[in-house]
Amino acid sequence: MSSKLFQVIKPGLMTTFQDLGRTGYQEYGVVVAGAMDDFSLQIANLLVGNKRDEAGLEVTMMGPVLKVLEDAVIAITGGNLSPRVNGQPAPMWKSFAVKEGQLIEFGQPLEGIRSYISVAGGFDLPAVMGSNSTYLKARIGGLNGRALEKEDILYGTENPYAVTGRSLHYDEIPKYKKEVTVRVVLGPHQDAFTEEAIKNFLSSNYEITPQSDRMGYRLKGPELTHKTTADIISEAIPLGGIQVPANGQPIILMADRQTTGGYTRIATAIAVDIPMLAQAAPGAVIRFEEVAVEEAQELYQERASLLQILDKISK
Amino acid sequence: MKLTYHPLGDTGIQLVFGQTISEETNQKIRIFTELLKAEPIEGIIEWIPAYTTLSIFYRPDKIRYQALLEKLERLYENIQGGVAEAASLVYEIPTYYGGETGPDLNFVANHNGLSEEDVIRIHSSQDYLIYMMGFVPGFPYLGGMPEEIATPRLEEPRSKIAAGSVGIAGSQTGVYPLETPGGWQIIGQTPVKLYDPEREQPILLTSGHYLRFVPISKKEYDDIAEAVRLGEYKIISKEK
Repeated sequence: MSSKLFQVIKPGLMTTFQDLGRTGYQEYGVVVAGAMDDFSLQIANLLVGNKRDEAGLEVTMMGPVLKVLEDAVIAITGGNLSPRVNGQPAPMWKSFAVKEGQLIEFGQPLEGIRSYISVAGGFDLPAVMGSNSTYLKARIGGLNGRALEKEDILYGTENPYAVTGRSLHYDEIPKYKKEVTVRVVLGPHQDAFTEEAIKNFLSSNYEITPQSDRMGYRLKGPELTHKTTADIISEAIPLGGIQVPANGQPIILMADRQTTGGYTRIATAIAVDIPMLAQAAPGAVIRFEEVAVEEAQELYQERASLLQILDKISK
Repeated sequence: MKLTYHPLGDTGIQLVFGQTISEETNQKIRIFTELLKAEPIEGIIEWIPAYTTLSIFYRPDKIRYQALLEKLERLYENIQGGVAEAASLVYEIPTYYGGETGPDLNFVANHNGLSEEDVIRIHSSQDYLIYMMGFVPGFPYLGGMPEEIATPRLEEPRSKIAAGSVGIAGSQTGVYPLETPGGWQIIGQTPVKLYDPEREQPILLTSGHYLRFVPISKKEYDDIAEAVRLGEYKIISKEK
């Protein structure tokens, strides 16, 4: 049964529905999109008893004001944007009940920049190419392919098994910092760069500039010089790919990246470090550290196992 | 030849099939993807063919880098001996040239010292290889346009180009799958929707196959547009 869950009183800076992305259509040029911080979205879902890949609301910097139209169980994870319910601080990383007529609001961003709101039973949305992720540029997914607007009504699906008070163990809650170490696998075009460029890349501080969004994080730091050219024959670009155009300033490609591109890529950020990056604001400092594929995959496995265990416990 | 590859972080691997853009390289990539489809490897999520590379994305909790690589190398051996063959298709794109929806046909003709009819004839007598899809959903990167009709892009891009517009930019030709800004010389329009997110098969074309523009009249355009609107149109494709 579908029912009216929230009314949007204020939409916030950019609040969109996101799940784990629209995979399977990249070969046709369809962008993946999906939650920038996929860890926080998955946890938000598990806390309310949803499947991990259910769509939630991705709240950016300045959160929305939502009026609760029907009693529900929700969880808020990710960046701490000072969530409140009826004026009182709301818990994070913990499922809790909201009552009809209450207001869910956000205040100052304290730590991180993206929060995720899940609701027990999930939001009721039409899937586009198998996903509820909003991709703004092609105007598909989520709520009519756009960010929330004032007066929107958000629909939910009932979940009779919703549990409140389920929380993530303190040790597992990520701590978002203003200095982030991002582990990378070098390549595939490391040979296109001078030796000095590789050395600079792995030893310097790079700052996230304000020209950063869901598509990519533009960084500023010591120039990364190419041996001859910054251009390649266009090819697929992965999540976390770090492309360097002719100006020598790296761009980390994020959830809304295009499927293909024609710039050299010095390295690829590993999957488990993407959520930390997703929570880093302009002005934050990034340092890159090289890891082997095998090591990165051990870390991936650790995170996958944690999510699997939590998945089992929550059933 | 040994398989050349690079990891793309911990969730991707890129296979390199050549260093320059050629039909031969592209066909190898397509045959390889046919093999991947025929013998699915557990853990692979999807792949993106491009001009000279095939990038494969996978879940390391299902299959690790080395194990995947070994499976891919075994598949690669199959295409080396020329054992695997797969027929390629030619998709027919009915196109109404000129008129209001092809405002630059005249410019392209004048620029190349040709008549409008010449441009249509030359443009529609080629099978264009779809090297890659990208840029926007459903956009085919086509190769093989004759230099005789090559024309530089508009000096000032238009802020709106209708979906279905067929254009020329330098020695490339292409079709706009959705309304976007653009600087291509627009010579015609197809009523066929290359991209429709609500359709069961949202995207009509696949890289590695071919596309041919078929000239149609305004009347035929309107008839096909109506069939498309009713969801009754089926794209025509033939074996090459």
